Amino acid sequence: MSVRLTPRNALVAGVIAILALVPVYAEASGNAFIISLFTRIVILAIAAVSLNLIMGFGGMVSFGHAAYLGIGGYAVGILAKEGVNSGFLQWPLAVAASALFAVTVGALSLRTRGVYFIMITLAFAQMVYYVAIGLDRYGGDDGMTIYKRSQFGAVIDLSNKTALYYLCLALLLAAIYLVWRLVHSRFGMVIQGARSNERRMRAIGFPTYRYKLLCFVFAGMLCGLAGALLANHTDFISPAMMHWTRSGDLIVMAVLGGMGTVFGPVIGALALLVLEEALSGITQYSQIILGPLFLLVVLFARGGIDGLLVGGRHG
Amino acid sequence: MLYLLEQCLNGIQLGMLLFLLAAGLTLIFGIMDLVNLAHGSLYMLGAYFAASFAALTDSFLAGIGLGLLATLLAGMVLEVIAIRPLYGRDHLDHVLGTFGLLLFFNELVRLIWGPAGLTLSLPPEMLSAVQVLPGVYYPLYRLVIILATLAVALLLYVLVMRTRIGMLIRAGASNREMAGALGVNIKLLYTLVFGLGAALAGFAGMMQAPLSFVQIGMGENILILAFVVIIIGGIGSIRGAFVAAMLVGIIDTIGRAFLPDLMRNFVSYSAGSSAGPALSSMLIYTLMAAVLVFRPEGLFPAAQR
Repeated sequence: MSVRLTPRNALVAGVIAILALVPVYAEASGNAFIISLFTRIVILAIAAVSLNLIMGFGGMVSFGHAAYLGIGGYAVGILAKEGVNSGFLQWPLAVAASALFAVTVGALSLRTRGVYFIMITLAFAQMVYYVAIGLDRYGGDDGMTIYKRSQFGAVIDLSNKTALYYLCLALLLAAIYLVWRLVHSRFGMVIQGARSNERRMRAIGFPTYRYKLLCFVFAGMLCGLAGALLANHTDFISPAMMHWTRSGDLIVMAVLGGMGTVFGPVIGALALLVLEEALSGITQYSQIILGPLFLLVVLFARGGIDGLLVGGRHG
Repeated sequence: MLYLLEQCLNGIQLGMLLFLLAAGLTLIFGIMDLVNLAHGSLYMLGAYFAASFAALTDSFLAGIGLGLLATLLAGMVLEVIAIRPLYGRDHLDHVLGTFGLLLFFNELVRLIWGPAGLTLSLPPEMLSAVQVLPGVYYPLYRLVIILATLAVALLLYVLVMRTRIGMLIRAGASNREMAGALGVNIKLLYTLVFGLGAALAGFAGMMQAPLSFVQIGMGENILILAFVVIIIGGIGSIRGAFVAAMLVGIIDTIGRAFLPDLMRNFVSYSAGSSAGPALSSMLIYTLMAAVLVFRPEGLFPAAQR
């Protein structure tokens, strides 16, 4: 595959370069906050990339994606509380728990479509939120501090901020590569076919339900991993990790960057979180600007930032 | 036994509030094909308006009346400015746009009324308890809620099924273009329906207000419950919304009241105390899942559009 220098490719290369150089800049400027902010951006970008896989390519608008952040985070937090600190155990369990939840929710919600799907995914995520509030042993409403980050022996030390950041970044790039391969595979073609005309795909003989379910579960697992990272980054888990407005934020990231492009959500996450940070520096009422901005993006910039770059063409 | 009766009444009362919200949502969805996440904001606005007007006029009833009017107007203005451009877009656009509105309203309320929240206090004559059965007392105000919302539900039924406006609403729901071609002012009709939905949500908010705080984000959790209600009832069906609202209200309340105790009988006391609340909050979602397995379109699917 030859890579041409289009505005989009230039932007992607620029963003990756910036992300790679963040710790260097933080080191040079002595600004430790920036590395924390960018770790958060990268982790939420992984979540947004996974959401975009089902939403942008599969047409499944899940309004409950933050639930996986919570499930992944709680898997790490609960195990840490019970004395299991090995990351080799925690992270696979976080992903497995997310997969289990995704299978259940997906199997039920994929029987429906459109607005039902949106509401059902939202409702199930809210259920997990309330269950977390009910878990008194693990902090209930207030959440719980994690005293020891996931241990990976001699492989990597997550208590080192720079190491954690580069791990997150490496996982983000791996996730993007994986999603890119998936989207351009036969599997991805079926998923995209089901988005544009499910009845026709079924008529050709594809069991679209199974394909979509598999895709839904994969996205859930990826987001569960992001949850495990988030818990390690903040050293804290609480039901707020999966508050439904967080699911909304993830949707905004995916749409803002440009749905249906593999890299778009990364740009969306970067744009949204940096904008949030900048606005909160100016006014304490930042949402009063952000909220209408979302509406304006919906009305006038449907392709997101990517759409603006390539001149409104959806692709 | 008495406790069970009391909890049943509480469940009906919650169900009634859910119905007011769900009816507006399902009406707006059925007629304009719009998913409105900002519906909970109108619930919150209703409570804030009522609390402010009640404080201003020093009268609970005047607060409710003026609050209803203000919420109706706010809903209609919102529709004209922000909702109208969303018609005909896909559902993701609705979700995103109204999500933005929700954030905007939360912040606007914080800006106007401050972060602390308000209280809407009841007139003294509503603070008493009445004897519903020999020896069973129940707070008067909760009964007032049940009766008032029941009256509103009846009014809604009469409005939609028995009046000219209702006829236009139904015509607009079944075929927008045809109704427009026959001279119905569809734009105005939509604004009215949205205002009506807003007023219903606002009414629910101001009814709930004396029982809890008037605070930012108060409409969000109950909005999701209302979503569960219309998923169970079938989107677009007011009858379905009523039945499902009662089911959800009663099951949720009873579950929260009894499940933790029940669990303590089977597992250890501490396990029951800690898992009980977590499990009882799952009950209605389990109900929703069960309905989805057997009736993916809900209990009372609206006629095919």
